[in-house]
Amino acid sequence: MNAVARFIDSDFLYSFRRSPVAIISALVALVCVFGAILSPWIAPHDPFDLASLSLMDSFKPPAFMADGENAYLLGTDDQGRDLLSGIMYGTRISLFVGVLAIGFALAVGITVGLVAGYMGGTVDAVLMRIADVQLTFPAILIALLVDGVVRAVLPREFHEKIEIYVLVFAIGIARWPQFARTVRGSTLVERGREYVMAAQVIGLSRARIMISHILPNVLGPVLVIATLNLGLAILDEATLSFLGVGLPPTQPSLGTLIRIGNDFLFSGEWWVTIFPGIALALMVLSINLLGDWLRDALNPRLR
Amino acid sequence: MSEIVLDAVEVSRDFDVSKPWLQRVVSREPKRTLRAVDNVSFAISRGTTLSLVGESGCGKSTVARLAVGLYAPSGGEIRFEGQPLSAARAQAALRRRMNMIFQDPYASLNPRWRVRDIVAEPIRAFGLLTARDAITARVGELLTQVGLAPADGEKYPHEFSGGQRQRISIARALSSEPEFLVCDEPTSALDVSVQAQILNLMRDLQQRLGLTYLFISHNLAVVRHMSDRLGVMYLGRIVELGPGEDVFRTPRHPYTRLLLDAIPDLDMVGKSRTPVGGEVPSPIDPPSGCTFHPRCPLANDRCRREKPAHTKHGNVLVACHAVEEGRTA
Repeated sequence: MNAVARFIDSDFLYSFRRSPVAIISALVALVCVFGAILSPWIAPHDPFDLASLSLMDSFKPPAFMADGENAYLLGTDDQGRDLLSGIMYGTRISLFVGVLAIGFALAVGITVGLVAGYMGGTVDAVLMRIADVQLTFPAILIALLVDGVVRAVLPREFHEKIEIYVLVFAIGIARWPQFARTVRGSTLVERGREYVMAAQVIGLSRARIMISHILPNVLGPVLVIATLNLGLAILDEATLSFLGVGLPPTQPSLGTLIRIGNDFLFSGEWWVTIFPGIALALMVLSINLLGDWLRDALNPRLR
Repeated sequence: MSEIVLDAVEVSRDFDVSKPWLQRVVSREPKRTLRAVDNVSFAISRGTTLSLVGESGCGKSTVARLAVGLYAPSGGEIRFEGQPLSAARAQAALRRRMNMIFQDPYASLNPRWRVRDIVAEPIRAFGLLTARDAITARVGELLTQVGLAPADGEKYPHEFSGGQRQRISIARALSSEPEFLVCDEPTSALDVSVQAQILNLMRDLQQRLGLTYLFISHNLAVVRHMSDRLGVMYLGRIVELGPGEDVFRTPRHPYTRLLLDAIPDLDMVGKSRTPVGGEVPSPIDPPSGCTFHPRCPLANDRCRREKPAHTKHGNVLVACHAVEEGRTA
């Protein structure tokens, strides 16, 4: 049986087709991801093109309202930027930061977890106490701290250029302990298996045993947690941007859009903040529901 | 006697079974160690099989792991072809010449690897062959040798039965062309009908390739089928060691006798038999003197006080005061 046929026949796909929640959230997530990735080509306007902006267009209400225009489906903000385009570009940045941050957290967490679990003893104790200490602080607090330190250390103009990577680093470093703990737990189990001993007998190096034998066997659970954490990382980024320590308005993410709109909430221009908020909520919710389903589908005990 | 491949001289192995450091300091407990293997000596000649038998927890598997260098001895020395094992393991050329077959065929094969990669791993690790085609051909040859088809290499371990998986383990163990194999209860996880196939395969391979085996088992029938020499272990010590047939025909140590009496036998149907009384004592806190004395029908005061040394009776070494004093008849 080839790989495709096996996939179509698998429990995995069966469980997916049986779960309306999974199908709907997968669709929503796909729309978000494609809308975000393709935004430079499919967005109706370019919010970064200063030439096309006109203050005459500012605070246009959404198209379905009495004085709305069809050109601006979800209305415009205080600069006259089209909100729908802004949301698409913003989602792109939010997703970019979220995915990169989780990728970074995964790399750190998996490495630490594998080393701690496989080496055991003092190495394990030291690494896990560091993770424990960090787990007692809320992720957002650590991200704020990292961001604050970088802001204080680097000159302003340089900082603006690398802000997005500072965010990735801040969110990633705040989220690695969970991955490290999960990987360490599974590594402790796998380390005692005889196939690991069989590799030790032929004298493979520790690094090679960890990477080629243990890693493939501990990756499943951690990828599920990564999916769930992707939603949280996107929220972290939005929170930081909302608090004004995230991305600048020249590179607006969803959080930045919500913050900008928040200023006008009480003067009646509710759409400037509500629509990015809905977009954020939909995306994070669909990613989390997908993660939940994935966790159940891959857990043989819940079948 | 022919050349000695593996030589263990008064080998001991302790394990630290103390509670975690903080707990120990708080409750003021001393460090506790468990002596899993106590002063064990044996030698295996080229092309022969030494079997070690004993109940669960008697240290058989620890000896197996010591013999391939997975554990370092706490005392004594193990030599591979005359070189200390730790030095021999440092050289890939010597490491290549020993390998191990494990007990549980469901745990000893990495579930995420294809069979061809599992079998080829030692070949790649030691750089015996580098060309892709050559490795594929060699893997096919190895799989055929253990009674599988070369096409089986494409599959994953979960697609095989227990007996087939053990054949894969054997193919893997043989792939680096070793001369010395440690077999840690290779058949105890298998159905009885499959056990015989695997044992016969192992004997065929031994004759064909001139392999030397250290064979660990708790099953005396299996051991009788396989061994040239037989060692009986009790609580980390070898209590009787000699040529397999001698030990089976005239068991001397009271523990060996108890074990042999406990083998089910068609001639004995309907007759009463002496059960092996009592439990194995804890190796953390072993009995004084001869560790077997609480279960031994022949025990006297001397057995409770004094550890018996090995004495030679014919070709057989026995560690028992009663045998030495001739009280066994």
